[in-house]
Amino acid sequence: MSTLEIKNLNVTVAETQILRDFSLTLPKGEVHAIMGPNGTGKSTLAKALAGHPDYEITSGEVLLDGEDILELEVDERARAGLFMAFQYPSEIPGVSIANFLRAARQARLGEDEELEVTKFYKEMYEKMDALQIDRKFTSRAVNDGFSGGEKKRNEILQMAMLEPKYAIMDETDSGLDIDALRIVSEGVNKLKGPQMGVLLITHYQRILNYITPDKVHVMFDGRIVKSGGKELALELEDKGYDWIKEEVAQLA
Amino acid sequence: MPTTEAQEIDIQTDIGDFLYPENHTYDAGTGLSEKTIDYISDVKGEDDWIRDFRKKALKVFNDKPLPTHWASGDLKAIDFDQIRYYLSGGQKPSKSWDDVPDDVKKTFERLGIPESERKFLAGVEAQFDSEAAYSNIKEIVSKQGVIFVGSTEGLMKHPEIFRKFFGKVIPTADNKFSALNSAVFSGGSFIYVPPGVKVTHPLQAYFRINAQNFGQFERTLIIADEGAEVTYMEGCTAPKFDTATLHSAVVELVALKGAKIQYITVQNWSSNVFNLVTKRAVAHEEAEVKWIDCNIGSRLTMKYPGVVLKGRKARGEVLSIALANNGQHQDTGAKMIHAADETSSNIISKSISVGEGRATYRGLVSMPKHLKGCKNNTECDALLINTNSRTDTYPAITTRGQKNSVQHEASVSKVSAEQIFYMQQRGLSEGEAMSLSVNGFINDLAKHFPMEYSVELKRLIDLEMEGSVG
Repeated sequence: MSTLEIKNLNVTVAETQILRDFSLTLPKGEVHAIMGPNGTGKSTLAKALAGHPDYEITSGEVLLDGEDILELEVDERARAGLFMAFQYPSEIPGVSIANFLRAARQARLGEDEELEVTKFYKEMYEKMDALQIDRKFTSRAVNDGFSGGEKKRNEILQMAMLEPKYAIMDETDSGLDIDALRIVSEGVNKLKGPQMGVLLITHYQRILNYITPDKVHVMFDGRIVKSGGKELALELEDKGYDWIKEEVAQLA
Repeated sequence: MPTTEAQEIDIQTDIGDFLYPENHTYDAGTGLSEKTIDYISDVKGEDDWIRDFRKKALKVFNDKPLPTHWASGDLKAIDFDQIRYYLSGGQKPSKSWDDVPDDVKKTFERLGIPESERKFLAGVEAQFDSEAAYSNIKEIVSKQGVIFVGSTEGLMKHPEIFRKFFGKVIPTADNKFSALNSAVFSGGSFIYVPPGVKVTHPLQAYFRINAQNFGQFERTLIIADEGAEVTYMEGCTAPKFDTATLHSAVVELVALKGAKIQYITVQNWSSNVFNLVTKRAVAHEEAEVKWIDCNIGSRLTMKYPGVVLKGRKARGEVLSIALANNGQHQDTGAKMIHAADETSSNIISKSISVGEGRATYRGLVSMPKHLKGCKNNTECDALLINTNSRTDTYPAITTRGQKNSVQHEASVSKVSAEQIFYMQQRGLSEGEAMSLSVNGFINDLAKHFPMEYSVELKRLIDLEMEGSVG
């Protein structure tokens, strides 16, 4: 039951079907990479799972540890343990990262419970130290004027503080220089473990030089067309995506 | 003379449908005439000069049309004949705390209002026990020679100071509502700070006015003599469940050479109230006046705190926050009248429109041609929460000559669906996400508020935003 199970998911955006009978099972403790050319529905998958209102799920099931989450609101899914690292995180002017995280943690407590502030800061600073993030970072407003690398680092810090059961990384590596890529990857490596499943959505193979996936899935035209071990990523790097397209065409 | 016949009146507010019969010892009845003024002056035992002042003001009020040629036509909804212009000496209301609706109790709790004050605010206690806090502050400051009394006591016991400044910053005929206030004022504060005295405690009207009952036509006059410093705070963030639907205050500040006055207002009116207030200061040479103004609630608020920069190097500042929810119109802004060289002014205004709420910024900055070295900075930012929310900006900046500088920035932003989605993905409900956005928007201004006010303000915004999401 400790899985994120996606069964025959069909998703349309503005009346165009993007995901077609998409199925995938992500067990806790594993890292799965989803790769594929642009426009095959990778980001749609992430946003539909998180519950973005523009993405309409026409049929299918998503079970988080056995519980169907598709009827839940965006925030309910998040509190159930689903985290999405955004490709383009939003700016929240005037709200410090520390206050944002406090609000997010408070939202996970019961109505009569008050977050223990001292404990919260202690934990946050420990995690920032472990992720080698400067302590001044959390007094800045969320993503306001951040570089691409800072935004992604902020996503990793939030992931560390919210301790999700399943994390979906939506093209977290896009637009990062090699140093930022290393920082983000090291973050994911430190956070991954038996308590969390990671779905790493990426267009490029290069992040997989830093994060070793348990499985690699290739997505094309709204569904997974090929799955394999980490060597599949290298093969894609070598040969590009065209041979996959040909294989799919032959099957059709 | 005063009739002691207690009449029953209905108190109704939108929140929780309050309906309390209340008894008043002194009641001038409805409508406004010379008789009303005689009644007020008799009850207060006022001198003839003030009685004449009131009667002249009544004429001005009657002669002046409503300013509907530039302001909201909603003003026409005020029925001046149905208003009670003077009520005082309230007896204990017959209702008890148990009769207060649960949601109102919950609001007080969520706002963190101390137990002792909740009963007063809910209208089940005629006054709460704040007399002690007030006497305490009064005792401390009186040792420094500071006068801190009600306006009636001020005009009676300190006429030599009071008359010199009263009605000079805001003349009776300034506008229809300043004339109305001049005719029927009662309540409000009179403060005089002697030369060189720096009052370390902020003086709080909250304590003083609550101890005496709130006036709908308050009149406040604050004089900081040369080199003196004082901070004054009025209002509180708790909703006021009030009888009156018209509130029209006049506040005059005089900062003499090198003096500093800071005037802080946080008000949260119930949504049937017309809040039409005139606030202005005169800043003499090297003096500084800062208005910090926060307006929440009411049906229509019209308020444009101003500073007349009369002396060289005088400085004026207005920092304001307005939140307009459904059915509310916050028409607020600032006036800076530069009347001497090297004067500078700063206006920062932030407004939030929720649902069909409407926020209007009106600014007036005037720099005549003969002056040099004057500076103004105006920033007005509006935040729209829903697609049907509305904001308007009317920044009138008149600067003549080449030796002055003005700077104006305005922005309108909307809480975007993507921003809310991002926050919800972190586990915040839609309402929590909204209020966090709004709090972020006003954050840099709210920092200037005293600690306890900014905390209350944050809670209040949380409550306002909760109702805004479907």
